[in-house]
Amino acid sequence: MASTITEKILARASGKKRVDPGENIWVNVDILLTHDVCGPGTIGVFQREFGKTAKVWDPNKVVIIPDHYIFTKDEKAHRNVDTLRDFTKAQKLRWYYDVDTPKYKGVCHVALPQEGHVRPGEVIFGTDSHTCTHGALGAFATGIGNTDAGFILGTGKLLVKVPKTLRFTLNGKLPAYVTGKDIILRIIGDIGVDGANYCAMEFRGDAIAALDVEERMTICNMAIEAGGKNGIIEPDAKTLAYVRRRTKQKFEAVYGDADARVEKEWKYDVSTFEPCVAEPHLPSNYARAKDHSNVKLDRAYIGSCTGGKLTDFIMAARILKGHTVKIDTFLVPATCEVAEGLIRERIDGKSLVEIFADAGCEDIAPPSCAACLGGPEDTFGRTHGKEVVISTTNRNFIGRMGSKDAPIYLASPLTAAASAITGRITDPREFM
Amino acid sequence: MKAVVKKSQNVIRGKVYILGDNIDTDLIIPAQYLNLVPTIPEEYRKLGSYAMAGLPDTYRRFVEKGKEKSEFSIIVAGKNFGCGSSREHAPVALGAAGVKAVLAETYARIFFRNAVATGELYPLETKKRLCDVFKTGNEAEIDLAAHTVTNLTTGKVFEFIPPGAVAPVIDAGGLFAYARKMGMIKTVDRCQVSGVSNKKTRVRGQRSGGGKRKAESRKSGRRKRA
Repeated sequence: MASTITEKILARASGKKRVDPGENIWVNVDILLTHDVCGPGTIGVFQREFGKTAKVWDPNKVVIIPDHYIFTKDEKAHRNVDTLRDFTKAQKLRWYYDVDTPKYKGVCHVALPQEGHVRPGEVIFGTDSHTCTHGALGAFATGIGNTDAGFILGTGKLLVKVPKTLRFTLNGKLPAYVTGKDIILRIIGDIGVDGANYCAMEFRGDAIAALDVEERMTICNMAIEAGGKNGIIEPDAKTLAYVRRRTKQKFEAVYGDADARVEKEWKYDVSTFEPCVAEPHLPSNYARAKDHSNVKLDRAYIGSCTGGKLTDFIMAARILKGHTVKIDTFLVPATCEVAEGLIRERIDGKSLVEIFADAGCEDIAPPSCAACLGGPEDTFGRTHGKEVVISTTNRNFIGRMGSKDAPIYLASPLTAAASAITGRITDPREFM
Repeated sequence: MKAVVKKSQNVIRGKVYILGDNIDTDLIIPAQYLNLVPTIPEEYRKLGSYAMAGLPDTYRRFVEKGKEKSEFSIIVAGKNFGCGSSREHAPVALGAAGVKAVLAETYARIFFRNAVATGELYPLETKKRLCDVFKTGNEAEIDLAAHTVTNLTTGKVFEFIPPGAVAPVIDAGGLFAYARKMGMIKTVDRCQVSGVSNKKTRVRGQRSGGGKRKAESRKSGRRKRA
């Protein structure tokens, strides 16, 4: 019988011929990802349960990327990074991207694929709900808590329930003003914040094939905002080229069967899609950008694992070039690689850094999660009052960016940039 | 504070706190408190003091100022409780504040799993939307054997969906306690997951009593913005 890509990856990882939705199986883990916010607790669980001197199951498969609370005076945040460093040393872990060193990367979900740790067909668990990002490269990837992660550290395995698959087939030609962010906000708007609870969200179709890898990551990144267990896109030539450029490690890509049974399928013609926002306080509050041009803004924020990749900044720069922002505009590249790209990439002879400076944006911040999730009081871009924010991040919950009184509109980099110029929610077509 | 309930009792009794739909993890424990590490005992208690601190100020405080525990040990909510982050700090904060059970119509997947894995609280699924029927401050009694919750203030009785496969995990006190009880983790110094053969699952070391960690030297402001 036919199987989906998610089922096939999980079957292989569990040593079974096939698995079915609802089945509970033990899978072997290829990569465990953790960071400074959940890493210390995970290490705490591991040492409590397996012993102070216990060794992790495989020092080559644990990837630690501090990214959340880095550029802060918060002492506990520093203590937490110290904990990661000490653990790495004691365990002789191979992959630790330490703060204050040339190895520092930034946001884990952009750094993980950039550093070649995401490979098609593999099983990735991370102590962060946006671990689902990595399905964009044809891996099974999902978020877990510290206790499950501590269990993996000791055993290399985890018990998982095979999810049902919801299939989203997106065909048609994507207009230049519509982005991966608009696609996923539209889908979440249609199915709701729990519309994919416990399910795999599989994205396919001509429109997905036409997207580059980073835009696919934006889509899979937000699978969790519909409750999805994982987001996944079958690998193609673009995927394989991206991965091979970044790792020499061998992998075996997995593909689903065309006739695999899925729980439900949605079909979209993306040529009808429009630039949109998610209104406060849920990612499912879909609205067309042009229908909210009366909403005045105080701040634009471009950054995070969702909207802080190089393609996101290129999109924003295309809109901002030759214009001046009317509101405070914060730019946080997700990783050092993205930050380097801002200097290297040029539009009509000008670097992105120059374009942003000319437009009057705030000085570009060093890579980290920054204000995407609020964090310590001194976090760059964090809200403290009643700021109305348009943001390329993934969550607009109450208080998400710091202040409970600061409403957040989620949008694409195009829409965020256009809105920064006018100071109100703006359809990017006004500047294209 | 694990939600271990004595077998002989099978009953959770306490004051109810009412919430609605889509109670996300930023409401349960705002990100600014994620610098606290749940396995460090004093930080575990601190997390309890911040439980539900993300709720708008129009809500009644869940934990009184200066207190570590809430007067409410049962939360009754609507759909999709615990959506958002995978932060285990969320069920931990509730458990540390003294919450023994949540009664919601549905749960977000990761929160549910974390609640079970930590053994911090019982995430119980209700058949009806009880957050419209109970009121904050009502006394309730949950009978885990009969799968009922009684509003002791009104006398009304409601059924919830039997927790099924996850109940023994929470009863045992979480994933590790359950795995040991079931022989899935055989010994501490030679840990193996039964039913899966992989020689690499061996773990060396001694079990230590608690998750205490010695305080380390602090350097403030070291990683200021470049």
